Amino acid sequence: MTIDNTPVELVTLTIDDIEVQVPKGTLIIRAAEQLGVQVPRFCDHPLLDPVAACRACLVEIEGQAKPQPSCAMTVAEGMKVRTQVSSVMADEAQKGVMEFLLINHPLDCPVCDKGGECPLQNQAMTNGRGESRFDGEKREFEKPINVSDRERCVSCARCTRFADQVAGDPMIALLERGSQQQVGISDDQPFDSYFSGNTIQICPVGALTSAKYRFRSRPFDLVSVPTTCEHCASGCSLRTDIRRGNVMRRLAWDDPQVNEEWNCDKGRFAFPYVQEGRLNQPLVRGEDGLLHPASWTEAIDVAAKGLAAASGATAVLAGGRHTVEDAYAISKFARAVLGTDDVDFRSRPHSTEETQFLSSVVAGSGLGVTYADLEKAAHVVLVAFEPEDESPMIQLRLRKAVRRGRTKVTAITSHVTSGNKKLNATVIATAAGHEVSALSELALDANTIILVGERAASVTGLLTAATKKAKESGAKLAWVPRRAGDRGAVDAGLLPGLLPNGNSLTDSSAREKAADIWNVENNTLPFAAGRDFGAIVHAAVNGELKALLITSVDVEDTQHSASTLQAIENTPFVVSLEIRPSSITELANVVLPVAVVTEKSGTFIDWEGRPRNFGQAIREHNKLTDGRVLAMIADAMDVLLGQQDVAQLRAELAQFAAPTNRVDAPSHGADVPNGLTLSTWNQLIDDGALQEGEPFLAATSRNVIAGLNSKTAAAHSIAEGDLIEISTSLGSITVEAIFVDGAENTVWLPTNSGESKVRTNLGAAHGNIVTIKRGGGQ
Amino acid sequence: MSRVPQIVRGFWVTFSTMFKKPNTENYPEQKDKYPPKPRFHGRHQLNRHPDGLEKCIGCELCAWACPADAILVEGADNTEEERFSPGERYGRVYQINYLRCIFCGLCIEVCPTRALTMTNEFELADQTRESLIFEKQDLLGPLMPNMVAAPHSMVEGTSERDYYQGKISRATDAQIAEVAARAGINANGQV
Repeated sequence: MTIDNTPVELVTLTIDDIEVQVPKGTLIIRAAEQLGVQVPRFCDHPLLDPVAACRACLVEIEGQAKPQPSCAMTVAEGMKVRTQVSSVMADEAQKGVMEFLLINHPLDCPVCDKGGECPLQNQAMTNGRGESRFDGEKREFEKPINVSDRERCVSCARCTRFADQVAGDPMIALLERGSQQQVGISDDQPFDSYFSGNTIQICPVGALTSAKYRFRSRPFDLVSVPTTCEHCASGCSLRTDIRRGNVMRRLAWDDPQVNEEWNCDKGRFAFPYVQEGRLNQPLVRGEDGLLHPASWTEAIDVAAKGLAAASGATAVLAGGRHTVEDAYAISKFARAVLGTDDVDFRSRPHSTEETQFLSSVVAGSGLGVTYADLEKAAHVVLVAFEPEDESPMIQLRLRKAVRRGRTKVTAITSHVTSGNKKLNATVIATAAGHEVSALSELALDANTIILVGERAASVTGLLTAATKKAKESGAKLAWVPRRAGDRGAVDAGLLPGLLPNGNSLTDSSAREKAADIWNVENNTLPFAAGRDFGAIVHAAVNGELKALLITSVDVEDTQHSASTLQAIENTPFVVSLEIRPSSITELANVVLPVAVVTEKSGTFIDWEGRPRNFGQAIREHNKLTDGRVLAMIADAMDVLLGQQDVAQLRAELAQFAAPTNRVDAPSHGADVPNGLTLSTWNQLIDDGALQEGEPFLAATSRNVIAGLNSKTAAAHSIAEGDLIEISTSLGSITVEAIFVDGAENTVWLPTNSGESKVRTNLGAAHGNIVTIKRGGGQ
Repeated sequence: MSRVPQIVRGFWVTFSTMFKKPNTENYPEQKDKYPPKPRFHGRHQLNRHPDGLEKCIGCELCAWACPADAILVEGADNTEEERFSPGERYGRVYQINYLRCIFCGLCIEVCPTRALTMTNEFELADQTRESLIFEKQDLLGPLMPNMVAAPHSMVEGTSERDYYQGKISRATDAQIAEVAARAGINANGQV
């Protein structure tokens, strides 16, 4: 991280007779905080523009006849400020405002979810009168939505300012005037924001509460644990609130370097999976062909015998949800115990070009482009990447940068998305698969950051072009994966031909070092680079594999779900490490239950390359990590790996030095598809396995539509609102067509939402050729 | 007096006491002889509104006030199908652990709806730890005449405010019929 050394212009003022120096432009309320003086406030929030809506923060300023709002006034040289600490006027003013605010606030604290952690309760005690002089009728409102209690609102406008300024979803606003002032939504546009949960967290009263957390507990019941979000590679710091071994809610934790004080609704609400429908006992397939509950000893024994018998024809499908420690344990187990290099975490569409790109550019590269860099960059280019859906914190940070007016965003994508609009982005509408030429034509300089998304892997030549472009122009390049464990998996070496920390398997000195760290004979490690996920699936379908080890893979993510299932079915022995039953459970020979994020400690590496450590939140469940389970299997196979707890795995991983011989950067020519192509990415809130069991969240997902350009539609005689059929040789999807402002000859579908199950039904990836036709009724 | 041996003086007390009226209560044979004072802190009771709906709103203030951490409450949402208290919120889980309770009465002092009060019952000894954790059904007050057991809907045409202002005097015929119908459904297992 670079440290900004530009001298700061200081202003000297006195607050409560104490002289203080603060940077020019500081708000009085912040200057007072530095002295430890807490001026009461509701509307003030450090990440929102000042508004002075609630008037709770009135202070006396010498020379001004009336008290002034300290949250909206910046300091001036020689200013003499008196807060409630030293001024009767300020104290009286604050108490008066508090009395006004409480006139219409109902006395229903016992039923209100905010009770016990409510700034209004607290500040009414610290800066209010003991009794109200109001004896009239309080205002009452009908309850329109389950979670909004408008009569509790103090009109601070935090929620509306957040929605407008930070999220860019100005769907809520203050309506009416006077005592009837209320937060409302438009009749025709619901508050479908990906960030709506943040308004609940910043509401200083109980006007906005969570439907999920409604009436479930009080702050004193909760044990709060700092955790890291497991849903995407943004790496948000979260606070997980636990009551008696169950997760009650999750809130955004303040981390200025990463997520500031925000997170997305997926990270906030998608946690029922950690406690509902879990696998709690190992399962072993008996001679009757059915899965039976088994003891750990028995299950580990069967797994070890099966894997040992299949020696020489085993492969590992790893998935992208692991902590870096678990990913490393899997990487080590594949090489040191199974002796195979057929290991890959990319359960999504991928390519050999991507393998090369990740091995040469990403693996072991440490902290690269950061959120702070995004904020400072003059130009950010989004290539095959939709931040609002794939990494929402990047979206918020870019919006913050764009609002300041110093950053310009260019997006190379199939059509103008709602996310692009909020970034005021210049969209270079490019049919899926044609991104290479669009990127090559851009004029970039050293103040540019290029962000490539995970779907770049399905466009031949794109990762090569991005690497080259960054090198030529001096622009910085960052790869933004979608899963929280993807970056860690690359660093742990969960790719064919790659050892931990970017070392190449084919480099004999690196291999010797690895054998040394793992305490195994050098010749037990594989010599040649193995097969990637697709090739493993292909080999398994052809019956070439004798055993598969599968950990956290969703069949629905893989390029073609049916082939993946076929591959698992055609493999005689399958060991699956899982948290909940899935379609793989049905086909596995041994199923071993493992811990979810709340039950273990570990590290996720976010897209920046920043390690995000977290501790164990729930101790009661006694679940084992993937690393521990693999150590037990290895033990049973007479390879001693140690306990493989988090500390051991971390220490081992740290022993891998940076590579001396890096894998070569990819050099693939562009291969432009000829025909109508499919543009697709996963929406933030979709049918992902970790979002199950959360109806309130699912209700805010976006409509499932096919987006296409009106000219392309006309060419296929499709009108807006028609049902259209999108098909490949493997299947078809029928959804409603909506015209979008985008490139011709391409059609957009959400990857895994409702009827649009691209992987299962089409077996297609971004940039593949599809056919469309009008189909079905209206 | 000093010439009288000590032993005689001692036995004189014993002897004279034999002719006094004893102060001892023959508990438990004559337990009503000295009933506890009306404000004695005994076992808790969860009260009901006059129509039988529960007064507890599950706010957890009692649990919060409890210095011995003896109370566990979990709130939940009333629905139109299953209403336990007037208003939005009711206490789904209510437990008092009498192995921990010190009968200080802070819980009944903080209760905002007077749902929790203390009775005069003091016989709280038992054989097992489990039996001394009282659940909601053990703590709920008895159904007085004109009350019907929750869940059932509020008196028609009233709001929660009417309950707190004491405008409800008894369960209406509609409520009684509703509870009877509900019981019928449960007994026959039919919808």
